Amino acid sequence: MSDITKKSLSEIVNLIKKKEIKSQEVTASFIDNIKKDKKLNSFITNCNEQALEKAKTFDKNPKLDTLLPGVPIAVKDLFCTEGVKTTAGSKMLENFIPNYESTITKNLWNEGAFLLGKLNCDEYAMGSSNETSYFGNVMNPIAENTVPGGSSGGSASALASDLTPTTIGTDTGGSIRQPASFTGTVGLKPTYGLCSRWGIVAFASSLDQAGPMTKTVEDCALMLEAMAGFDKKDSTSINKKKENYSKNLTDNIKGLKIGIPKEYRVDGMPKEIDQLWENGKKILKESGAEIIDISLPNTKYALPTYYIVAPAEASSNLARYDGVKYGFRSSKGNNLIEMYENTRSEGFGDEVKRRILIGTYVLSSGYYDAYYIKAQKVRQLIKNDFDQSFKKVDAILTPSTPSVAFKIDEKKDDPISMYLNDIFTVPVNLAGIPAISIPAGTDNNNYPLGLQLIGKALDEQKLLNIAFAAEKKINFKQNLNRWWEK
Amino acid sequence: MTKENEKYLINGEKGKWEVVIGLEVHAQVTSNSKLFSGSSTKFGAEPNTQVSLVDSAFPGMLPVINEYCIQQAVKTGLGLNAKINTYSVFDRKNYFYADLPQGYQISQYKNPIVGEGKITLDLPGGTKTIGIERLHLEQDAGKSIHDLDPSNTYVDLNRSGVALMEIVSKPDLRSPDEVNAYVKKLRSIMKYLGTCDGNMQEGSLRADVNVSVRKEGDKELGTRCEIKNVNSIKFMEMAIAYEAQRQVELLESGKSIDQETRLFDIKKNETRSMRSKEDAHDYRYFPDPDLLPLNLDKELIENLKKNLPELPDQKKERFIKDYSLSAYEANILVSEKEISEYFEEVVKNSDIKLAKNWIIGDLFASLNDKNISISQSPVTTKKMSQLIDSISSGVISGRTAKEVFEVMKETGEEPNKIIESKGLQQKSDPKELEGIIDKILADNKDKVDQYKSGKDKLFGFFVGQVMKVSGGKANPQLVNQILKKKLK
Repeated sequence: MSDITKKSLSEIVNLIKKKEIKSQEVTASFIDNIKKDKKLNSFITNCNEQALEKAKTFDKNPKLDTLLPGVPIAVKDLFCTEGVKTTAGSKMLENFIPNYESTITKNLWNEGAFLLGKLNCDEYAMGSSNETSYFGNVMNPIAENTVPGGSSGGSASALASDLTPTTIGTDTGGSIRQPASFTGTVGLKPTYGLCSRWGIVAFASSLDQAGPMTKTVEDCALMLEAMAGFDKKDSTSINKKKENYSKNLTDNIKGLKIGIPKEYRVDGMPKEIDQLWENGKKILKESGAEIIDISLPNTKYALPTYYIVAPAEASSNLARYDGVKYGFRSSKGNNLIEMYENTRSEGFGDEVKRRILIGTYVLSSGYYDAYYIKAQKVRQLIKNDFDQSFKKVDAILTPSTPSVAFKIDEKKDDPISMYLNDIFTVPVNLAGIPAISIPAGTDNNNYPLGLQLIGKALDEQKLLNIAFAAEKKINFKQNLNRWWEK
Repeated sequence: MTKENEKYLINGEKGKWEVVIGLEVHAQVTSNSKLFSGSSTKFGAEPNTQVSLVDSAFPGMLPVINEYCIQQAVKTGLGLNAKINTYSVFDRKNYFYADLPQGYQISQYKNPIVGEGKITLDLPGGTKTIGIERLHLEQDAGKSIHDLDPSNTYVDLNRSGVALMEIVSKPDLRSPDEVNAYVKKLRSIMKYLGTCDGNMQEGSLRADVNVSVRKEGDKELGTRCEIKNVNSIKFMEMAIAYEAQRQVELLESGKSIDQETRLFDIKKNETRSMRSKEDAHDYRYFPDPDLLPLNLDKELIENLKKNLPELPDQKKERFIKDYSLSAYEANILVSEKEISEYFEEVVKNSDIKLAKNWIIGDLFASLNDKNISISQSPVTTKKMSQLIDSISSGVISGRTAKEVFEVMKETGEEPNKIIESKGLQQKSDPKELEGIIDKILADNKDKVDQYKSGKDKLFGFFVGQVMKVSGGKANPQLVNQILKKKLK
């Protein structure tokens, strides 16, 4: 059989269902690729033997009436996995082995999949280039010394380089969509509350959302179907009927209205991105959709709002990493306060510390109203912008990122420029609505670029359908020379 | 006693000072599981055996509200005649401590579940209404144990996440006695409701006490100090008395009061500074993003209201009406749910007047002596009824009953058995008594003559002789009757 690892998840599932290939062969092929990888650094923990064992058990008595029968899946190292180290990319949790399984990964395993490994990410999911991970940079398979985006950089890199047939990430401000855009893959941030947060190391609770990262839109629908569902262990989980996204997937988008927000045309954006955006409009028009100019006037406030809300929540969420109960504890210090100070100084990296400081500051008495409360108000305005727009349109089309993947170290010491990378993705998280990034083409250097489709809450099916139609016409082909195997 | 004398005032060198007190009572919600996890709340378990992943704040764990605790808080609010807020919010109170695993306590800050209410106190000088500012729900922290090891602190997380109601009074209290009455009444209401067991030894009820003083007649409130975590009513009274005196002395010597948090040292009977206002924590409250705002169903509130049990104030009214009790007696008998139940059980079949006197008198005295509660008393309602019935049916006299009760309160033996084994039954057979009386009259002819010639006082002599001869068991009423007849 031709290289199974280059196939889409849906193709692999079909082959397994038709018994044309065994789970063990699939798993062994991906493990081969993982072993050949010398430079990407996309994995923090390999589960090769455990995965082969699971594949063997599956093949003995294959249960085929599931969504992901016998599929090995590597996941972002932010999902707690029972008995397997879960680090969140941090020294703080370098040796942390949960005795529980996150709801999302459990959902995947219930659909027949099993764990292939844990993927590198920015520390506590804080970063846009995967350069904040305690376990080192991840490289983008498109070119050496290029970032894969972040924070789900390991996930995007492993997926694009055929080290896993699909993966899952988390998206707090763009952490699925931006790396998907940088690596020429598909990434979906679902409606807030569609996928349970239980068992995912928390960054910013009101923004965090797990989502699928895949090679195709069809795969994305399949994965979302497996992941989504009400979870009574998560109080913010939405109680609604499960949907058959993959079965209902169609490229018939005739008559749908697509909004183009003028505020997403930012200064200094490369011409190529503008061209791809224009091309996107053209394609959707050809597919029968109607293109409508819209305005999201509060977009310009989204980034500052995000950088108040997210650090505020993070500063509190990360208070539990204090060296008392589990995780890293500094050996220095003569009393409780010193133990805290040393543990957190040594255990957290710079970016995490920066955000804890910002968050602590904006919640402090005297600043709370000026920052946190104001940010909450602006957040509502941003949400209102979207609500207004969705009275007129079915979905909104924008570029996923204002640039292509950049070089390692290029923005590392310039947090503002790094944060600007998320300018098109953060409004979606603030509004709690779904968005998908699909590969839209490449720039002159052959670096991929993504287009983002934003939908109203719980309208994932429509988003997937539009993305499916666009994907067909765009016909993006990943062309990698596999330099990392050399 | 005049009204003026009842006022609790501190006589300083430069005048009289009034004490102003407000209480923040922390009451543990009666519930089998914690506020945001399914762990047990049972008291006295081995350390760290009632701790879930949520309580110990493992990565990715999320709180899920325990609906029963919400209902308990609403019930308590209704019992305090308070406004129930259909919209309330859980906030995070951020601070670091080893027994606070999350690094924050989930509490309610700007939007508590219960708003303003009131409690009526029965005080010696009459009733007084104390305002309730609010009631909110919050998690308890774990326990740090510093004295098990010279260099290490141990942490027990069994309490971590247990639901507490913080009940904040308005600064309406004016003396240690009022604080005593307030805490007792509050505890009684919650026990009637079944929302808090009020057990102060097990830490189910404790309070932060805010104390300030002002010159008698002043309208402005003085600067207050907060005495943290006082866990008995007696200590609250002691702490207030000490703290008020301290503040008066400071002010009279021309100094000012620093707003600060203080600790009460039981051994030294004094309060001392814990931290000043400047050192106060900045708790950085903000709404917990893991929990949606709480929207209470009006129907749920109405249902809870309808099914509210009879509360002390209502029961008091009923006792006065149904059992012709005085307000004072009714107050005592409803002060605790168990006492009121004891009383009602006894009067089901037995004489009301005897019952109330025996319960308020001898039974309470025995409980006080032994420092036990009515439910722990060996004198059960059944035995108390038996005792009262023997009095009303004339089997024993009231005086003999006291003798019987002395045995009952120690051994818990049935009164009938005590009466029988000791032969304490009254002699109520007229023939037998007549025989005794005839003999006494015959032996004391001279005294009979004196009596008949007008020396009425000698009647008591004859009664005494009958009692002496009968070993005190002669039925006094019968003896009177027969004697009067024979001496005509």
